[in-house]
Amino acid sequence: MDGMARDVFFTDVGALNDIPRLGARTVTTAEGDIAIFRNNQDEIFALRDRCPHKAGPLSQGIVHGRSVTCPLHGWVISLETGQAMGADSGCTHRFSVKLEDGRILLGIGAKP
Amino acid sequence: MDMNIVDKQRLVVIGNGMAGMRTVEEILARSPGKFQITVFGAEPQPNYDRIMLSPLLAGDKTFDQIVLNSRQWYQDQNIELIAGEHVDWIDRERKLVRGAAGTERPYDLLLLATGSNPFVLPLPGKDLEGVITFRSVADVDDMLKVAGPGKRAVVIGGGLLGLEAAHGLNLRGMEVSVIHLMPTLMERQLDASAAHLLERKLTARGMNIYTGANTEAFLGDERVRAVKLKDGTEIPTDLVVMAVGIRPNSGLGRAVGLACERGIVVDDAMRTSDPAIFAVGECVEHRGQTYGLVAPIWDMARALADNITATAETAFVPAATGTRLKVSGIEMFSAGEFMGDKTTEDVVLRDGARGIYKRLVLREDRLVGVVCFGDASDAPWYFDLLRQGEALGELRETVIFGPVAASADTADSVMSLPDSSEICGCNGIKKGTILAAIAQHGLATIDDVRTRTKASASCGSCTGLVEGLLKGALGSAYAPAAVKPMCKCTSLGHDEVRRRIVGGKLKTIEDAMQILEWTTPDGCGSCRPALNYYMICAWPGEYVDDAQSRFVNERMHANIQKDGTYSVVPRMWGGVTSSTELRAIADVVDKYKIPTVKITGGQRVDMLGVKKEDLRDVWRDLNAAGMVSGHAYGKALRTVKTCVGSEWCRFGVQDSTALGITLERMTWGSWHPHKVKLAVSGCPRNCAEATIKDFGVVATEAGWDLHIGGNGGIKVRATDFLCKVTTEQEVLEYCGAFLQLYREEGRYLERTAPYVERVGVPYIQQKMVEDAANRSALYQRFMYAQRFAQSDPWAEQSGPAADVRQYSPMAEMV
Repeated sequence: MDGMARDVFFTDVGALNDIPRLGARTVTTAEGDIAIFRNNQDEIFALRDRCPHKAGPLSQGIVHGRSVTCPLHGWVISLETGQAMGADSGCTHRFSVKLEDGRILLGIGAKP
Repeated sequence: MDMNIVDKQRLVVIGNGMAGMRTVEEILARSPGKFQITVFGAEPQPNYDRIMLSPLLAGDKTFDQIVLNSRQWYQDQNIELIAGEHVDWIDRERKLVRGAAGTERPYDLLLLATGSNPFVLPLPGKDLEGVITFRSVADVDDMLKVAGPGKRAVVIGGGLLGLEAAHGLNLRGMEVSVIHLMPTLMERQLDASAAHLLERKLTARGMNIYTGANTEAFLGDERVRAVKLKDGTEIPTDLVVMAVGIRPNSGLGRAVGLACERGIVVDDAMRTSDPAIFAVGECVEHRGQTYGLVAPIWDMARALADNITATAETAFVPAATGTRLKVSGIEMFSAGEFMGDKTTEDVVLRDGARGIYKRLVLREDRLVGVVCFGDASDAPWYFDLLRQGEALGELRETVIFGPVAASADTADSVMSLPDSSEICGCNGIKKGTILAAIAQHGLATIDDVRTRTKASASCGSCTGLVEGLLKGALGSAYAPAAVKPMCKCTSLGHDEVRRRIVGGKLKTIEDAMQILEWTTPDGCGSCRPALNYYMICAWPGEYVDDAQSRFVNERMHANIQKDGTYSVVPRMWGGVTSSTELRAIADVVDKYKIPTVKITGGQRVDMLGVKKEDLRDVWRDLNAAGMVSGHAYGKALRTVKTCVGSEWCRFGVQDSTALGITLERMTWGSWHPHKVKLAVSGCPRNCAEATIKDFGVVATEAGWDLHIGGNGGIKVRATDFLCKVTTEQEVLEYCGAFLQLYREEGRYLERTAPYVERVGVPYIQQKMVEDAANRSALYQRFMYAQRFAQSDPWAEQSGPAADVRQYSPMAEMV
């Protein structure tokens, strides 16, 4: 999140409690869905909602620690880096996201 | 008092609390005669230890015991104390302070130590009698007026202060409820695992803990009589204590034009925007931070004293602080960055049976955060390591075990116990008994010992000790059976996990992970669904299904397809349908533009390509036509396939369709380790393919043949013959009993085919064919579980009470 935050325009996409713990929700954009994850420590992550393997919707996977297991074929994707973990390789685009006063701010694109 | 010495600088202190007086003490320690000091205090009491309000409330301390500076002390130090007078103005031009009663004192240097105010929730009823905060001796007096056995109290706020208040009121015999807005208690000091243990411990003491609860109003006419939550819950009460946080009391500073943000802004020397005015304690804001814990405030006092006495130009640097909960019998400590972040790694130790949880947060081999729960005896050592901030090096290996890393291994330590010491608490088995059994009967494995002595056969938490005994007794001859761990989060196999869930009465996934010492904070995509299933099976009617531990299909109650859409399959009992059902399906297909409709292998209709957003509407329409979920997506009872049977078929010898429908009505909704399919054929020609089903029934002239453990799939397996029965009622009982046996013994994601191969057909026959009493018990347990399982998830999910968040995007940005 940190290094990427510069020149990024943040948009309020909802409240922390709109996402169940260890769950995810999507944000619809013109370029496709972005999945916002909430883990058990209430950390927030944002990834393109497409597994690098066969484009499975990561938002529908099981969230654990700082990773998610894709529902289609069980790939485990790091929520921090978007990288596939273990023996698999591939990477999903990740987005800046931050939490302020219980609101989720998603950074997509540069400031207009 | 010596008021006449004019060459002394005049120091006026506003605030007779801990921060102000600590600063005064630090000043006196550096330059005893430098200032002529006057202290204004709004409270009538001398300075007391606010941290000790909790023990005061609990009755562990008296007020005299918590006084820090008696009136005599002020006299001895030549300090003028003006207690009970609130200061309402500072004339910065004339350097003059004025109290509410008109008392004026000139100053050369002024120290603001006005502390903080408790935050009062701006809710209806906040001014009712009996609604109070927890900040001062007066608040404690108010609480004690109401407190007493049989009375009820509600504490708003499950943070440090709120829980200490709750504890005190609980000790005074009150029935205490705690309402906390966040999902876990003390989220500013504890991670979720420790918070969970804390909640369990408080609940065990009779407190009612409501987390994730939002207060809406306080109800009552003059006195408060109940607290109402946003979800409509009303909690009757005699007392409400608000402990939801503090706000810096910066009002006076703000009023006289000092730079203020949330608090009075100070620089590193603790000087405000007016060079003649310093500030200290909870009323200040330093580099954007405000403070509520005592340790950094002591550091402020030291820095301020160095600067104001010109002893040194010390800058206030906030050090890592540790927090302890002052609730007797609950040891808890947290410090530093206990939550960790992306640049840190965790070392976790759990000892569920002893209720101990330790988490160390490391960054680049340095300790940066610590949480201890249940045993905080090593906390000072960890806190030292944290503050030193040195690389751990070799210590990294054993740091989690504390300063005295355990050296002896289990076998050595258990062998050194006397023979009379109890090893298995559940069954009361002593060490001598186990060793004798090992020697006498030549026992070689844990299972041998369990069968012979019952030691570790119940909750299993003593398994390690029993293994130690085997190792000690057999030496190198002991070869522990290699068990495949359930997943990388545990070293335990499925069977051991299940045994300990049942034996140890572990009723939530968190409990299981805690007590079985999971090595990850919340499991993985493989163990969470398994544990969720084991809980459902072990605790029907009690366990609350955890949607986030369900595979997507079972969470969405539909089958995810490769493009992220879903397929929907309504139940067709025994494969029989009607024009009404087909018409309703046709209408749904048109209305929601469902691209593909297909007949399944299980005699049902599959609608493919349904959009996630349409699922609930599709279900509502199907429900309206009397159809329910077919569970085509679940590790659950899928279909009961039938042939037409004796009603129409010229070969049929029994009414297989009717029996199939009865079986499906009995078994639908049941959850299993894997999917389960049934079939009933009306004659030995077996058109329903019952001999490749998990439980197959084939009609004969004399009755029914029962078959188990078949499946299609990658490796086709034909069923094994179980037995013959004569009546339909027997078919139902045998079916329920077999399914229950599989539910209780099958490992998650193990179908009946490998299960039957693993345990063997004779074992199953012995359990449920020969042993009629056990068969009946299994059947009863199945039917009991069905009372809770047979509720249509589609109706629930399309109804008003459903959590609908997962069906729609949280936001659209187009």
